[in-house]
Amino acid sequence: MARRILLEHDNVPGIETFDVYRKNGGYRSVEKALKKMTPQEIVDEVQKSGLRGRGGAGFPTGMKWSFLAKPDGVPRYLLCNADESEPGTFKDRYLMEKIPHLLIEGMIVSSFALGANLSFIYIRGEYMWILEILEKAIAEAYANGFLGKNILGSGYDLDLRVAPGGGAYICGEETALIESLEGKRGNPRMKPPFPAVKGLWGCPTVVNNVESIAAVVPIINDGGDEYAKIGIGKSTGTKLISAGGNLARPGVYEIELGLSVEEFIYGDDYCRGIANGKKLKACIPGGSSVPILPAHLVTKTAEGLDRLMSYESLAEGGFVSGSMLGSGGFIVFDEDQCVVRNTWTFARFYAHESCGQCSPCREGTGWMEKVLNRLEHGQGNMRDIDLLAEINKKIEGNTICPLGDAAAWPVAAAIRHFREEFEWHVTNKEEAQTRNYGLLKASM
Amino acid sequence: MSNTHVDLSKRHSEKPVFSSEKMAEVQGIISQYPEGKHKSAIIRILHIAEETFGGWLSIETMDYVAEVLNIEPIEVYEVATFYTMFNLEPTGKFVFEVCRTGPCMLVGSDQLIEHIESTLDIKVGETTKDGMFTLKTAECLGACGYGPMLQCGKKYHEHLTNEKVNELIAAYRSGELPK
Amino acid sequence: MVKVTIDDIQIEVEEGTSILNAARQIGGEVVPPAMCYYSKLPGTGGKCRTCLVEVAAGSERDPRPMPKLVASCSTPVQDGMVVKNKTSEKVHDNRGAVVEFLLINHPLDCPVCDQAGECNLQDLGFEHGGAGTRYEEERRTFDPIDIGNKIKLHMNRCILCYRCVHVANQLTDKRVHGVLNRGEHAEISTYIENAIENDFSGNMIDVCPVGALTDKTFRFKSRVWFLKPMDATCGCTKCSGKAVVWMFGNEIYRVTARKDKYGEVEDQEDGKPAWICNDCRFDKKEIAHWMVEGPRKINRHSVISQGQYTSPRGNSQKKIANGN
Repeated sequence: MARRILLEHDNVPGIETFDVYRKNGGYRSVEKALKKMTPQEIVDEVQKSGLRGRGGAGFPTGMKWSFLAKPDGVPRYLLCNADESEPGTFKDRYLMEKIPHLLIEGMIVSSFALGANLSFIYIRGEYMWILEILEKAIAEAYANGFLGKNILGSGYDLDLRVAPGGGAYICGEETALIESLEGKRGNPRMKPPFPAVKGLWGCPTVVNNVESIAAVVPIINDGGDEYAKIGIGKSTGTKLISAGGNLARPGVYEIELGLSVEEFIYGDDYCRGIANGKKLKACIPGGSSVPILPAHLVTKTAEGLDRLMSYESLAEGGFVSGSMLGSGGFIVFDEDQCVVRNTWTFARFYAHESCGQCSPCREGTGWMEKVLNRLEHGQGNMRDIDLLAEINKKIEGNTICPLGDAAAWPVAAAIRHFREEFEWHVTNKEEAQTRNYGLLKASM
Repeated sequence: MSNTHVDLSKRHSEKPVFSSEKMAEVQGIISQYPEGKHKSAIIRILHIAEETFGGWLSIETMDYVAEVLNIEPIEVYEVATFYTMFNLEPTGKFVFEVCRTGPCMLVGSDQLIEHIESTLDIKVGETTKDGMFTLKTAECLGACGYGPMLQCGKKYHEHLTNEKVNELIAAYRSGELPK
Repeated sequence: MVKVTIDDIQIEVEEGTSILNAARQIGGEVVPPAMCYYSKLPGTGGKCRTCLVEVAAGSERDPRPMPKLVASCSTPVQDGMVVKNKTSEKVHDNRGAVVEFLLINHPLDCPVCDQAGECNLQDLGFEHGGAGTRYEEERRTFDPIDIGNKIKLHMNRCILCYRCVHVANQLTDKRVHGVLNRGEHAEISTYIENAIENDFSGNMIDVCPVGALTDKTFRFKSRVWFLKPMDATCGCTKCSGKAVVWMFGNEIYRVTARKDKYGEVEDQEDGKPAWICNDCRFDKKEIAHWMVEGPRKINRHSVISQGQYTSPRGNSQKKIANGN
C-alpha cells in the first residue's frame, strides 16, 4: 500500500530547486487553477476530496474554506501553520526541507481559491534553517512568475512571506498563531469570533497545516474525486506519519490511510519492528496529546478487529480503548520503557507550554507536573493517582483553547491503561529510582 | 517554587545600534507587512537583534528594538519573555539545548544530558568557566525520529551518542563549527 | 431583541448581549461570578473561567446543547438559548474546581492583606470553594518588584485577570506594565523597575479583584470594615470627582471610586465610568477636600455592610436579599 503522492520526488537530487521541481511536474496545479478554474471550483474539488486537516484536529479542509467570510473591500488571509511542535511530530519539517516548492505551490493554489493576495507561512523559530530554505524557494517562484503581480498572466496577484515564531508550542493553535503573527504574545483568543470571520488584523482568515496545503496540489492535479478514492471511508488520501521512539527504522513515512498498524510497525516498507528486537509495550499514535494505547490495543481494537491507520479505526473504542490519528506523531515504546516517566515528561511539556492566560490550564498543568514529578521520583502516594485523574477532568473542556485537553488526555489515558505501573512507583519507591518498570512486573 | 527575575544588573554599556546593512535587512522585514502592521516583524527582529548584539537580549537591545518598531518597550518585554528561544541573560559562546520530551527521552536524552553535564562539568542552566558552552534543556524540538538530539544556534545535531557529543564539543572548541 | 432563559427565568435582551450581561439584567443568584471580566473595560474576560455556565439549548433554530461549559462573559446569547447556572450540577462542580485552581498558589494571607473584606476571591472561595486543599506542593512565589510610591504590587496574590493591563491601555497614554513570562510563571510586571505613575494609574487598584494591587497610602492603616464609606464629591477637573471616602471618625483613610454591586466603577450621568484620578485618590485625604453626600450603600453581603449597617435584628439580612 505504499502510496507516495506528496513525497513522490523527495529523493530526486535538486528537488529543492525550482528547475528540478518544475521538470518533475511541479507547479502544474497553479497553471490549471489560475488558467482553467474559478476559485469556487477549487474549493469544490477540495470538498470533494474529503481532505481533513492534517495538523491534528482532522476538520474537513474544504468545509473550513467554505466558512471564510467574504465582505467587500476587506482583505482575506491564508496562513500556513508550520509551527510544528506537537511532541512526536516532525513530518512538516521533512516536507518543507525536502520539497519546499510543494508547499509554495499549494499556497498559491489555496490563496487563489480563498481570494487572498498576501499569505504567510508561520514557522516555528527553531526551524530557522528551513525558513531560509523556504525564502530561497519563494524567491525562485517570484523570479519565475509564479508569485507577485499578475501570475501567469491571470491577473491574480499574490505575495507570500515567511514569519518565524520564537519558541512556543501554543502558537500552533490557530488564534495564538494569529496573535503571534501580529507581533504579540501567543495567547489564544476567545471564540467566537472565529478566524474565518475575524482573524489576522481583524480580517477573515484561514489557517491550514503544511501537509493540508501540500495535499491541495495532487487534489487539483488529479481532481477531488480521484483523491477521495485513495484511503478508506472518510479517511481519504495519504498521510505523513512521523514515526519515533523505539522503532527499528524511525522516520517520516507517507502512507495510504487504511494501512494496518501491524504493517506500519513491522512491515519492511515501514518501521521494521521494535528496535533491538524488543517487544512492543505501548504506542501513542497521533502525537503527545492523544491517548496512549497498551500493546494489546495497538494492532487490534478491543473487539479484535485489525487496527488501521485511519481517523476512524484509531479512534475505535473511544477513550476507553481507542486513541486518535491526531497529527500522525507515532510514538512507540519498547518493553523497557516507563510510562510514568513518559507521562511526566509530557505533563512537564504542557506546563512549560501553557500560555498562562486561563486559570485551569495555568494552574492545572503545573499541578499535574508536580504530582507526576513526585510519583516518578519516589515521592508519591496512592491518593496522588486519583488526584491526577481528578485534576485532568477539571482542566478538560474548561479552558480557552485545546491545550488544556491536550494536557489532560495523556495523563488520563496513562492512568487508565497503566494504573498498576503508577501504583508500583508508590509501593517500590527505591526501585522506581533505579529501574524502569518495563514489562517485567506485568509478566510476573 | 520561587520565580526570580533576570539579573538586571547585566547590561550593555553602550546603546546597541544596527549597522546600515543590518538596518536595511530589518527594514526589508518590516516592509513585508502592510502599512501600520509593522509590529508583526517583532519576533524576527528580536532574533536578528539577539544574534547581532551578543547572543542575548539586554534591556538596551529590547529598548532599541522598540525604538526601531516605534512601539512601547513593555510591548517588546512582553514578547521577549513569552517566547523561550530568547536569552534574557548572557550565555556562553555556544548554547546546547538538549531536547528531553517523551520521544527523545525514550531514546536516551536523559543519559545524554548526564553525559554532557559530566563532560563539561556543568549542570543544566550553567555555563562553562571558559565561557564556551551553556547547557540548557528544551521541550520538543521536532526531531522525534532522530533523537537524542541537541540544537546549537540554528543547527540541529541529531542521532547523538556520547562519542558524537564528544566530537561535537571538540569541533566547537576548535572553531571547526561556526557559531 | 432575543429571548434567553437563564435558570428557568426568561428575559429579552438586545442581540449581541453576553450571557453574563443577560444574567445581570435578571439579577440575583442567576448571575455568574466574574473575576476577570469587567464591563467598563472592553476586551476583558474569558480568562478566569469562574463564569462558566451550561448551555442546555444553543438557540431556537439549533436547540442542541453545547458540549462544553462556556464562559458566560464572552459568549453571546442566541434567540431561544437556555442557560443553566446555579441549576446546573456540572457548573457547580467545575466552578468549584476553578476556585480550587485559583487558590492552590494563592498565599491565603488574608489576615495581612488590605483587600480582605472586599476581595472577590475571598467571596468566591466562600461561596464556591471547598473547606480544605488537596495541594501539597510548595506554593508559587515571585520576587517582589517596586512599581512606585503609590501602588503596591503583590504578585503572589495575583490571579492574572489582565484588568490592570486594560486600564493602562485604555485610561493612560503610556503603558509601562504588562504580563511577562508565561504559563505558571506569568506575572504582572514592568520588567525593569519602573514606576507606574500617570494621572489614572490608581484605577488599577479599584479594578483588581484581589489584593495584588493595593493603595500604598492606605497600606496597613485599617481593616476596611472598621471604616465608614461615604459618597463624596470634589470639583476635580481631571476626573469625575465622584468618589467614596473611607472614614474613621473625621479622618479620611482612603479614597476609591464608586463601585456597583458587581464591584465595577459606577457610570456618571453621561454614561461614562466615573474613574478617579490619582490626585483625588492619593492626595486628597483632608475632609476639606471633599463635599460629603452621605453614607455609601454597600450592596454586597460583605463584612463591610455587616459592620456598618447592622440595625435592628433581621434588617441586615433583608438588605442582602434586596441586593441593595
